[in-house]
Order: sequence, then C-alpha cells, then structure tokens
Amino acid sequence: MKWEYMSNKIKVALAGNPNSGKTTLFNALTGSRQHVGNYPGVTVERKETKCKYNGIEITVVDLPGIYSLTPYSIEELVARNFIFQEKPDVIIDVIDSSNLERNLYLAIQFIELDVPLLLVFNMIDEAISKGYHIDIKLLSRLLNTPVVTTVASKGEGIDDIFKTVVALAGNRNQASSSIIKYGKEIDSQINILSDYLLNKNIMNGKYAFKWLAIKLLEEDSEIIQEINKNCDNSEEILSLSSKCRDYLQSFFGEKPERIIGDKRYGFINGLCKETVYLAQEDRISTSEKIDSVLTNRILGIPIFILFMWIVFQLTFTLGNPPMRLIEFCIGSLGRFIAFFMNDGILRSLIVDGVIGGVGGVLVFLPNILLLFLALAVLEDTGYMARVAFIVDKLMHFIGLHGKSFIPLLIGFGCSVPAILGTRTIENRKDRIITILVVPFMSCGARLPVYTLLIGAFFSSAVAGNVLFSIYITGFLLAILMAGIFKKFLFPGESTPFVMELPPYRIPTLKSVIIHMWEHTWLYLQKAGTILLSLSILIWFLTNFPQNITYSKDYENNIKSARENFVINMEPLAQKLNVSIEDIDKNEDIKKIIENLKTLKQSEDAVKQGELLKYQYGELYNLSVNYMELQNYIAGQMEEKQREKLGVSYAGRMGKVLEPFISPLGFDWKIGVALFSGFAAKEVIVSTLGTIYSLEEADENSISLREALKKDKIFSPLVAYTLMIFILIYSPCIATIVVVWKETNSYFWPLFMIFYTICLAWILAFFIYQGGRLLGLN
Amino acid sequence: MRTLLDLKTGEKAIVKKITGYSLIHRRLLDMGIVSGTCVQLVKSAPLGDPLEFKIKGYHLSLRKSEASTVEIM
Ligand SMILES: Nc1nc2c(ncn2[C@@H]2O[C@H](COP(=O)(O)OP(=O)(O)O)[C@@H](O)[C@H]2O)c(=O)[nH]1
Ligand SMILES: [Mg+2]
Repeated sequence: MKWEYMSNKIKVALAGNPNSGKTTLFNALTGSRQHVGNYPGVTVERKETKCKYNGIEITVVDLPGIYSLTPYSIEELVARNFIFQEKPDVIIDVIDSSNLERNLYLAIQFIELDVPLLLVFNMIDEAISKGYHIDIKLLSRLLNTPVVTTVASKGEGIDDIFKTVVALAGNRNQASSSIIKYGKEIDSQINILSDYLLNKNIMNGKYAFKWLAIKLLEEDSEIIQEINKNCDNSEEILSLSSKCRDYLQSFFGEKPERIIGDKRYGFINGLCKETVYLAQEDRISTSEKIDSVLTNRILGIPIFILFMWIVFQLTFTLGNPPMRLIEFCIGSLGRFIAFFMNDGILRSLIVDGVIGGVGGVLVFLPNILLLFLALAVLEDTGYMARVAFIVDKLMHFIGLHGKSFIPLLIGFGCSVPAILGTRTIENRKDRIITILVVPFMSCGARLPVYTLLIGAFFSSAVAGNVLFSIYITGFLLAILMAGIFKKFLFPGESTPFVMELPPYRIPTLKSVIIHMWEHTWLYLQKAGTILLSLSILIWFLTNFPQNITYSKDYENNIKSARENFVINMEPLAQKLNVSIEDIDKNEDIKKIIENLKTLKQSEDAVKQGELLKYQYGELYNLSVNYMELQNYIAGQMEEKQREKLGVSYAGRMGKVLEPFISPLGFDWKIGVALFSGFAAKEVIVSTLGTIYSLEEADENSISLREALKKDKIFSPLVAYTLMIFILIYSPCIATIVVVWKETNSYFWPLFMIFYTICLAWILAFFIYQGGRLLGLN
Repeated sequence: MRTLLDLKTGEKAIVKKITGYSLIHRRLLDMGIVSGTCVQLVKSAPLGDPLEFKIKGYHLSLRKSEASTVEIM
C-alpha cells in the first residue's frame, strides 16, 4: 500500500556521466554544500546527506561519475558496487541534455537493471542554447521511464524530482528492460541465457537476469569472478554463456561485446532521430571559440604558464596584508591574556601552548583560502581538463599521464584530496606513481614554514624567487622520481589517454565559494583539533620536567651582577644625580644605549662612539656599564632557558636526532620541529613558536621571526636547507593514512616515508655542504 | 587502411571499426566510437599529442596511439 511506504525512509542514488551536474543537483536537492567542479571525475568519494520532503526522510547519495556500467576506473567500480550492494530505492540518472547520445548510453544500461529509475534531463538550458529541441514526453514513453527536466545550477525542476522519486519509491516494480532491442540474433541469445539464470535463480536475483545475461555475453570480468565465487554451478553457467558468445561471434564475425555496444548506440541513434530536433547543425559554440585560443598550438603553453603564474601571485602576494592583520590580532590576544593572568604554568600553557601554537597556523589562512579559490576557479571553468590535455605529452614523456597533472596541481593545496583525486587515473601503476610523487608538490601546510623562514632570513626583494625556487624544486623532483619509478618499479606499457573535454562554463559564485570554503573548513578543523592537541603536547614536551638542577646558579649570578653594578656605580650615579634604582627609567640613558646598539652595525662605529662620549661625558660611562649589565642578564637568562629546554623531553628527543641532522646544519631544536612536522607540516611553525617563546628573556613577546634571527644556528643557508628538507621529507600522517587506504597496502605508505626521508637528507646535505664550500654560510 | 590519425584538422570521417580488444578499446566504444559515427578532428594539443575529436556533440581527447586503432572509411 502506497501510504504505508510514504511513512518510510527513501534512499536515492545520484548516478550519471561525469560532469552531468550530479553534485550541483545533490546540493540543490539537499541544500547541502558539496564541491562542484567542471572537471570529469571530481566526486571521488560518494557523499550522503539526508533531507526531508513532505515528512519523508530522503537519503541522497552522490556517486562518482561513470560512463558505463562496465567498470573501467575505480570510480566506476565504486558506483556500480554501490548500486548493487546497497540497492537504493530509486536511482536518479542525471543526464547532460546537451550531450544526449553518450549520456543515454548509460541510461539504457540502467533501464536494463529493472530498478526504479528516474531520468533527470539536466542542463536543459544548455541544450536549448545549443539549438536542441527534445520531445521529452515521447522520449519518456519510448523508454517507459519517467523523465524530469532540470537546470540544477538554477534550482529549476527540483520539486518535480522529489514528487517523482516519492511516487517511484512507492511503486517498486518498474520493469522496462524489454524496451531495449539488440536485434533478433542477440536478443535470442540473451533470452536463452536469462531464462537459464532465472530457472536456477542465480544469486537469488541480486542482479536482473536479463542484465546478468548481457554482462555474461559481454564477458564482464567482475561478474564472472563473482559467479565463480558464489555459484556452485558456475562452470555450467560459464560454459553456456561461452556457447552463446561463440554463436554470436560466428554469426557477426565480431566479438559480442562490440556488437552489443554498437547496437546500444544504434538504438539511441534511432531514439534521438525520433525525439530530438537540432535547429542548426555544426554551429561553433562560444566554448569552442574560447578553446581555440586557450589550447592553441602557439598560445596554449604560454597561456597555461601565465595562468599558473597568476595562481601563485594571487596566493602569495594578495594574501600578505590580511596575514599581517591576523598576526597582529593573535599577538594582541596573547599579550592581553598575559596581562590578566599570573605568571605560571597555566599562563604558559594558554599563551605559549594554545595561542602560540594554533595562532601560528591560523595566520596562513588567507594564503590557503586564496590558493583554494584559484584551484576552484580553474576547476569550475573547465580549464583543468585542458591542463591535462596540454601537458599530457610532457607527462607521458616522464611516464605519467595527463590526468596525473591535476592531482599534482591539487597537491599544492593539500596532498590528501590530491591522492583521492588520483582515482580518476584508471591504471594502477600510473596511479601509484602519481601518489608517490604527489607530496613533492609543496602543500599549503608547508607554506607557513616557508613564509616564516623566508620572512626571517631573506629580503623581501628575493622572497618571491626563493619561494618559487622551492616549489620548482619540488616539481622537478616529482618529475625525476616519477621517471625513476616508472623505469624501475613499473616497467612496461603506459596507460591510454581517453578524456572528455567538457565545455567551458562560467563558474557560479556559489559553487566557487562552497568549493573554497569546504577545503578551508577542513584546514580549520585540523587547526582546531589535531593542531590544538599537538600544540599542547609539544608545549608539555618542551616545558617538562619542571624541577631541574641547573649546572650554574643563574639567579644568583644575575643577583650578584646587579649588586656589583650598584656598588660600583653608586658614586657616579649620585654625582650625576641619577637614581640607581630607577636607572631603567632614565630617558637619557635609554637614548644613549639605543644609539650604542645601532652604532655596532655602522661602519665608523669608533668615531661615532667617541662623539657620543664627548657629548654625554660621564653619563656615557654609566650607560655603557648599564648596557653591559643588561647584556649579561639576557645572556644568563638565555643560557638558562637553553639548558632547561635541553633537558626537557623534547630536547632529549632532539638530541638523539642531532647527530643525524648536524651534517645538514641543523641542531636539536630543528630536530624537534622536524619530528613534530611528521604529524602535520604546519605544526613545525607552532613547535618553533613554543620552543622559542621559552627563550625569551623578557615578558614582551617578540615575534618568532625575530627569535629565529637571533639564534646563531640559523643563517640564510641553513634556512634554505631546512625549507628543502621540509619540502621533501616524510608526508604528514593524514597523507600516509590516505595512501595506505587508497593503495590498500602497508608497503606503499612505508616506502613513501622511507624514500622521502632519504631523499630529503641527501639533497639537504648537498645544499648545505655545497653552500658552505661556496662560503655562503 | 585509414585511421583517425590520417584526418586533417577540421576534417570529418565515419568510423568503420576499432581494431583491438583490450580494455581501452572497450572504453572507446563506451565513449561512443562505434561504426557509423561521425568523428571530426578538432585540433592537436600544443605539443602535438594528444588529439581532440568532436564526436556525438562532445569533445574527446585521445593520444595518437589510441587514435591509430580507430579505422575510418
Ligand atoms: N548551464 C548549466 N550548468 C550546469 C547545470 N548543472 C550543473 N551545471 C554546471 O556543470 C558543471 C559540472 O557540474 P557537477 O555538479 O560538478 O557535475 P558532476 O561531475 O556530475 O558532479 C558545473 O560547472 C555546474 O555549475 C545546469 O543545469 N545548467
Ligand atoms: Mg560531482
């Protein structure tokens, strides 16, 4: 009874060709925000959301795009398995109406499944502007399947979908597979096979028998495997099916799957002749005009390089002003809290651990937002597919595939979606090679580290070039390693390149923003959860154990230095009418000390010093003495903190690492930072932040950049070596986990950690030692 | 025997058959390259490979090595 069903839940699967608008429709149906892209194969994992319609709970699942029910790529297998294993109540086949024939090829395979099916003719606006007129009613009748037309990007037709879905779910016995005819010969063989399958009730009717028969005639390897596994009489079935195949083979002089495919397209051709009118054939569309420029023989490559350059410029220059602002806000917050709390463990935890750690990462939000924005625009306009088209020859040359380029490009944002994105690469070897080199594409999380180090050790005039050189190094390494892997790990045939070039579309603001926000939100969540806990952990490791017996009594040293100063300088101060207790508040002395500090850097220091001495007389002597005292105290504090950090848990760990990394110019503090970077690359910044805030002699927090500059272990050469090391060495835990899941093996993730660390060490060694030989240190 | 490789830019032809029976040929068929279909060579990529074809109203790109397995009339 229908009403009974109505009270239930309905599960709906959105299937269809890549780029037919499934995700857009999914968003329109559920009001949710999935990422929409104009690149074949953007939905790499299925996404599920619940929504309500007239009190019915409808679960909508967005499946990866597929061209056929014969699985060729992993995405197609995922989609097909979902349909068979989870048996959705209704399948919605989203069809790009402006590309009808190829989209209907999948539709008629769905019809053969004998499941409740709704054909959604999406992009009807594009079809109309291309000059198509489709007789929907007739088409629906000929296919014996309900059809709804929509413009998903504008939300038109959504209500019709809901209505039809609810009606379909209440009436599950839709069977229209008999509509599709393959001609007398094939149909008779299909009948023989399907009758047999029906009689034996093979696999309890998990698959429609006619469909199963067709798949057997097509020699679908997945299905044959499944029959071998699940049926006792598999030999009988397979011998019957090969008899039928042989018959067709001899009749047509061609393999049955070829004939079946031909017939399907033949059927569709007939269908379209009856129902589709094309007003004007062979019109050159705007998209084609644009493409003739963007992938032009001569202009194509310069334009491509220009676009990539713009992406970088956008990300890194436009992001700077907001970055400074955030930096300022976080700094103020830290000072604000420090002002209101008493000195102690808790304040240290909040200011150095939490705010210092998480804040250090939040600072880079503008850059990351802009990078994702640029990638979103490239993807949504359809240019990404052209990128694969343009670079395929190059990629092929190094043993990769044009499609590898997009995951590599996404890798500049984050390795995790990039590795998921390799699913569009059909061949496993190509896929694994791409996965192995993706981490060399320097991800957004590494950007904070570079920005910090470049800001500290390089002038703003060369900053851009330094950064660019790191990205290029990563890119070249990816190419080099891919070539090596191809040659030694996977010798042999390369994968073919068969890719749809979707029309250019103007991305909607909404979809770009959703896309950008989705990735950024993931980043923020990471900052909020993993990074927060790691910051606290690292704070703990650098601050504990607390009760330390120092090698020297620093406090006492400082105290006696102070006393000595007072005793020795008292008479002079009295003579000059300066209160020795409030000497730090004396404006003149402050000024002299400041002058002296700047003097040290100028060339004619001696001469200027004499001048000052002459100008201030005895006040000068007092100031010099006071400055020396200040320096002594700062030195003692620093030494104390260093000692404290050295015996902390983190310090001990770093010292174990130190012998391995000292040939690279790194000390144990960098070792600690690198170790923490294994959790996530941006943690390196927060770790450094925590380590260096310990060394601050005074309460007024100076920025991390200044702290690094003051540390003698660092030089521009060491900073550069460190950046290269961070670029290459082990990908973060999240990436490792994804690699493990995607390759379904322990070997590849472990191999990845191992080879990247080795490579990082070797390269860093050559850069550092080479640089020293050249006298760059 | 003429294949898609023999097309000049902008030229159209009717597909005769696909030679070969591996998975890739199956894919070509799924993408609509079946006998009797009209295929037009739109252009080749800036570096000469792959090629871009127009077929059944959409654009498909193939490497030369795949295109050479499609026979035309
Ligand atoms: N003109 C038009 N564009 C659409 C329509 N539906 C989706 N699009 C666009 O088509 C592109 C691909 O959509 P998407 O949902 O990612 O396709 P999917 O690969 O099937 O998930 C996006 O740029 C959408 O904005 C529509 O009805 N009309
Ligand atoms: Mg999608």
